Amino acid sequence: MAQVTLNNIRKVYPNGNEAVEPLSFSIADGEFVVLVGPSGCGKSTLLRMVAGLEDISEGTLSIGDSNVNHVDPAERDIAMVFQNYALYPHMTVRKNIGYGLKNRKIPAAEIEKKVQEAAKMLNLTEYLERKPSQLSGGQRQRVAMGRAVVRDPALFLFDEPLSNLDAKLRHQMRIEIKALQRRLGVTSIYVTHDQVEAMTMADRIIVLNAGRIEQIGTPAEIYHRPASTFVASFMGAPPMNLIDAQVKDGRVVIDGDTPVADAQGTGAVTMGIRPEDVEIGPTCDMPFTIDIVEELGAHRLLHGKLAGQDFTIHIGKDVAAVAGPIRISINPDAVVLFDAETGVAL
Amino acid sequence: MDHAVLILGSLFLLVPLLMVLQTTTTPDLDTIKNGPQFVIGNRIDDNFMAAMFKASGFSGENTGMRMLMNSMILGIGFAVGKIVIGMMAAYALVYFRLRFATFAFWLIFTTLLLPLEVRILPSYEIAQKLGLLNTYTGLIVPLIASATATFFFRQYFRSIPEELVEAARIDGAGPVRFFIDILVPLSQTMIAAMFIIMFVYGWNQYLWPTMVTTDEDMYTLVRGIKQLTQDLEGTSIPQYGRANMLALIAILPPVLIVIFFQSWFVKGLTESDK
Repeated sequence: MAQVTLNNIRKVYPNGNEAVEPLSFSIADGEFVVLVGPSGCGKSTLLRMVAGLEDISEGTLSIGDSNVNHVDPAERDIAMVFQNYALYPHMTVRKNIGYGLKNRKIPAAEIEKKVQEAAKMLNLTEYLERKPSQLSGGQRQRVAMGRAVVRDPALFLFDEPLSNLDAKLRHQMRIEIKALQRRLGVTSIYVTHDQVEAMTMADRIIVLNAGRIEQIGTPAEIYHRPASTFVASFMGAPPMNLIDAQVKDGRVVIDGDTPVADAQGTGAVTMGIRPEDVEIGPTCDMPFTIDIVEELGAHRLLHGKLAGQDFTIHIGKDVAAVAGPIRISINPDAVVLFDAETGVAL
Repeated sequence: MDHAVLILGSLFLLVPLLMVLQTTTTPDLDTIKNGPQFVIGNRIDDNFMAAMFKASGFSGENTGMRMLMNSMILGIGFAVGKIVIGMMAAYALVYFRLRFATFAFWLIFTTLLLPLEVRILPSYEIAQKLGLLNTYTGLIVPLIASATATFFFRQYFRSIPEELVEAARIDGAGPVRFFIDILVPLSQTMIAAMFIIMFVYGWNQYLWPTMVTTDEDMYTLVRGIKQLTQDLEGTSIPQYGRANMLALIAILPPVLIVIFFQSWFVKGLTESDK
């Protein structure tokens, strides 16, 4: 169990490409932190630097109380779960799980005991004699988990572990991994590009873009109070609506004169509003044109135009809607304003 | 007639072998008088005994058994040596950040273009000065570095997922452990393929054994057969039956090796996840 601290960690490749700009954060003991961002945002590089698979160009990394910048991956007391499972294809499940312990010169009897425990925890007991090629995707993922769990490390690292699974299995494994982490209380860093995984699994989310931290916060903070238009559009499916607006006389107005919410200052802003923070009904104050209704069973998504700009509305299954003009109103408390130039939240 | 081409091809390959077999059953006098025939004679056991257990030289040591053993030692030593050296060279080239790795690889690779014959005189001189003539070491070691094996293992290692290497690093496997525990077992099929190729290649070596072995007890089969057809001792008729029998015996081990390893090879290729 350990706290992890990154202090001005930076990664520059020999070709001068800066994959990670200097960034700092710390992770509390037992915390589950998710690094999320689009491809090439530096999240995997960051994780690999924590793992020791990639050199740290600048800054210091500590796990527990010790600086581990120059410590070998095997000595960092970490375990890593890889995207492609990275199981040893020629070894049985038992050997795969026990291999790390064997290399640490742990007596065979103790390895066997620990492997049995891990296998029981992950429902793998009956597969111990099988080779990875004889297992399904979900089972392989569990073996990869077993290999991490059995070591009883201070830190778990997950590198997009679910992206090779189908949607249903992914959902199930998501819950299993989260439950396992809760039970073991091991500090975890989880890298994903899937914002649903980030939202559902994280204690805290770190949103990365182009090697920089866009925002650090709990899933609720990230979702409801995004720090930038990037975060607003990256997190949530469908993403937050971003509408060009003006601040005039202490109010946010769109389309010239329709006031939406109170605000300070003056000039052009970008207004963000989540699709579910919009109501529809004949008494509402703004006109809206529905182009397409997406039926999702439990709810519906209305795609259309608000003041000439793309806009999506999320409504319950009991509210009827067909393509055409309707009236909507926006919950003023849910409005987030961003600087129109920089995209940073005001 | 779907299989006409296949049948013709098989005949093309089999008929010479059958002719050799026929010769081993016929007295040498008939062979030299009548040429190839369809008659199967009764000399097969005599020729077999002569080929295997009768020495033909002066020292009485180059029996078929002795030459078979020498060829075995050469073939296996050659194949194992090439695989071990090729694997280790490829391991260094692929997994270690050596400054001149690419340059070293191309240097090794270009030697593929130079056959043994090009460097045979200097090689011979070195072997001679080191006192390696008429030793198994001299027979095997100068031929053991293999660009082919290094190349194949390098290509194979590069196809092994990077994540596997990283997982092993985190699991605490050092360079030697990784090589023995992960790389060697994963390369089984490649090793089998290389063993087939290199064993046959080593077994069929003619020029180098001819140069470095002058003692009759060091003769290999391939060079011994040649010796036999030139042997004019006792009779002026070349011993066709005996020589052809020895040729058949010389074919057998490579054929058996191919058959034995092929089943492995196919099994390895059809197993999923590789």
